[in-house]
Amino acid sequence: MDDPQSRFVNERVHANIQKDGSFSVVPRVWGGVVKPVELRAIADAAEKYRVPMVKFTGGQRLDLLGVRKEDLPRVWGDLNKAGLISGYAYGKALRTVKTCVGMEWCRFGVQDSTSLGIKLEKLTWGSWMPHKFKMAVSGCPRNCAEATIKDFGVVAVESGWELRVGGNGGVKIRPTDLLCKVKTDQEVIEYCCAFIQLYREEAYYLERTSTWIERVGLAYVKRWTVEDSENRRELARRFLESQRFAQKDPWAECAGDPEKSREFVPIKQLNRAGYSHV
Amino acid sequence: MSEWTEVGRIEDIPRLSARVVRAEAVDVAVFRTARDEIFALRDRCPHKSGPLSQGIVHGSRVTCPLHNLVLELTDGRAAPPDEGCTETYPVKTEDGKIWVLLPGS
Repeated sequence: MDDPQSRFVNERVHANIQKDGSFSVVPRVWGGVVKPVELRAIADAAEKYRVPMVKFTGGQRLDLLGVRKEDLPRVWGDLNKAGLISGYAYGKALRTVKTCVGMEWCRFGVQDSTSLGIKLEKLTWGSWMPHKFKMAVSGCPRNCAEATIKDFGVVAVESGWELRVGGNGGVKIRPTDLLCKVKTDQEVIEYCCAFIQLYREEAYYLERTSTWIERVGLAYVKRWTVEDSENRRELARRFLESQRFAQKDPWAECAGDPEKSREFVPIKQLNRAGYSHV
Repeated sequence: MSEWTEVGRIEDIPRLSARVVRAEAVDVAVFRTARDEIFALRDRCPHKSGPLSQGIVHGSRVTCPLHNLVLELTDGRAAPPDEGCTETYPVKTEDGKIWVLLPGS
């Protein structure tokens, strides 16, 4: 049972509060690949709701900044119509999966990093974590997707994929540790789900993977996700089982429910202008 | 001139949260605690003007969502070591309805 009042405002209203009390809205952009129809929907929403700024995020997504709280459910409704869902940019949850164009376009690419990134994001979106969780997939060791500063980073090599964990590009920069090398996309998926599940089950709330791994040691993480293959499969199974219930777009749930969207409007409106004084 | 205004029913505000009244000159946050006490404060943190209505309510206090300043709902004062104060407005309830003495324009 989820108690919304126990959550910070961002997770309660599925958007990021800004310094002036307005909110920012970030739809999910699978692997950073966007369709013209989605761009059009974002542009239309930005104009319709007079969004002051549309900005690219560091994670290859688009951020609508300065949305008024009472407009949030309608913005989501409009974005939902174009197939866009919440990007969880506000949550202790799976955030972005950054990719490079990989072997489909790049003359240096040795694996299809874009497709794998999209696959990983489709599999892991909606999952709650102890803290925010970022991923990236690079199509060659030049690592244009900067996978070596992500919580789970994948870097293509000629023979398959390098799996890297515990990176952080924030306050305290920490490059990833090498977890192991694998050959197939299916293996990447299994290790990714297992790593996430071990982190979710054992890290403290608000502990990023970087500080978690420094606390428990890389050897511990390797023991349960690499050396013990049975445990790895079991962790991955538990992750996928919980995903069956977690993958519900909070925007769609709220935009279509007058009861839920009531919280977003003032209880009483007395000034004629209808604007906020904050 | 201040005026008593009916703003809604107690059950319109979920416990441990707040709803906004957009008055003539200011936004007012009307809070409901776990013990069903109702408080009305100006929806503006004395620190950096954060919307207190979006904060987390605990006991008879609210934590501002912007920089975690903690304010007393009873008198609007910041909990030490922080300083500052936001306006509070008298509240009364009658037959489940909430009335707030709202400031005029």
